[in-house]
Amino acid sequence: MTDHTILRVVSKVILPYVLLFGLYVQFHGDYGPGGGFQAGVIFAAGFVLYGLIYGLAAVRRVAPPRVIEILVASGVLLYAGTGVLTMLRGGNFLDYGALNPLHPAEGQHLGILVVELGVGITVASVMIAIYSTFAGRGRA
Amino acid sequence: MLLLLCVTAVAVVRMRGLWAAVMMMGIYSFLGASWMLLLDAPDVAFTEAAVGAGISTVLALATLGLTTTRAKQRSGSSMLPLVIVGITGAALVYGTLDMPHFGDPDSPANSYPHPSYVERTEGDIHIPNVVTAVLASYRGYDTLGEVVVIFTAGIAVFVLLRGSRSRKRTHRSEGSEVRVSRHD
Repeated sequence: MTDHTILRVVSKVILPYVLLFGLYVQFHGDYGPGGGFQAGVIFAAGFVLYGLIYGLAAVRRVAPPRVIEILVASGVLLYAGTGVLTMLRGGNFLDYGALNPLHPAEGQHLGILVVELGVGITVASVMIAIYSTFAGRGRA
Repeated sequence: MLLLLCVTAVAVVRMRGLWAAVMMMGIYSFLGASWMLLLDAPDVAFTEAAVGAGISTVLALATLGLTTTRAKQRSGSSMLPLVIVGITGAALVYGTLDMPHFGDPDSPANSYPHPSYVERTEGDIHIPNVVTAVLASYRGYDTLGEVVVIFTAGIAVFVLLRGSRSRKRTHRSEGSEVRVSRHD
C-alpha cells in the first residue's frame, strides 16, 4: 500500500493523535475510563496502522523485534517488581500503601500508576509482536 | 441496538466472502461496544472497541492474507447444528429468567461488595475511578495474573511462529519466561 498517497498522508496526520490518545488513556485511567489494557491496545493499534500503510519493514525499524521481546517481559517484571518492592518496605505483596507509609492513599495512587504502566507496556508490545509475527509469516 | 447486533450476526453467518465477513465482525464489535456504553460501562466499551473491533479485525485480516479469502462450500444439511444452537440458546435464555432485574438495588452484585468499594475508594486510594481502583489495587493479584496470561500468549506466538526459523531466538524467549515465573 506504499503508493496510496492519500492513505499515507492521512495516516501520517492521525498517527501522533492515536499514540497521544493511547498515552492519555494510560495515564488518565485513574480519573476517567481506561487503563493499561485499553491504552496498550490503542498504542499498538497505532503501530499496526503504520505497518498496514508503510509495510512491516518500517515497523521493524521503529520497534525492533529484540526491543519488543524485552518490553514484553519488562512490563510483567515492573508489575511483579512493584509487588516485591512493597514487600521489602514492610507491606503485603502488591499493598501499595507501603510505598508511602505516611500517606497510604498517595502510595496506593502511585502504585496503581506504576502497575498500570506495566500492564500497558506488556499489552502494547505483545500486540505489536503478534501483529508483526503474523504479518511476517506471509512473506517468509 | 440488539436488533442491529442480531442482523449483523446473521449477515456474518450467511456470507461466503471472508473479507466482508471480517468487516462485519468489526461492525458487530462496535455495536457491542455501543451497547456496553448504553449500559453505563465505559471501561468495558473501551476494551471492546479497541480489542474486538480494532486488533481482532487486523489479526483476522492478517490471517486471511495467509489463507484464502473464500469460504469452502459446505456439503450436507445444516439442520442439526441449527437445532443444537437453538437448544443451547433456549437454555441460556431460560437461565436468565432467574437473574435479578437490570439495575435491581437488591441484587447480590449490588448489595454485598459494591457499596463498600464505592464508599471506601475515595478515602483509601484518592482516585475517582472505582473500576481502576478495584482492578489495580483491591484485585491486584487477578490483574497480575491477567498480565501474565497476555505475556504467555506473546511468548507462545514467539515460540510457535518463529521457532522454525531460528533456534537461537526460541531459546532466548524461553529463558525470559523462566525468569519471570520465578519472580511471581
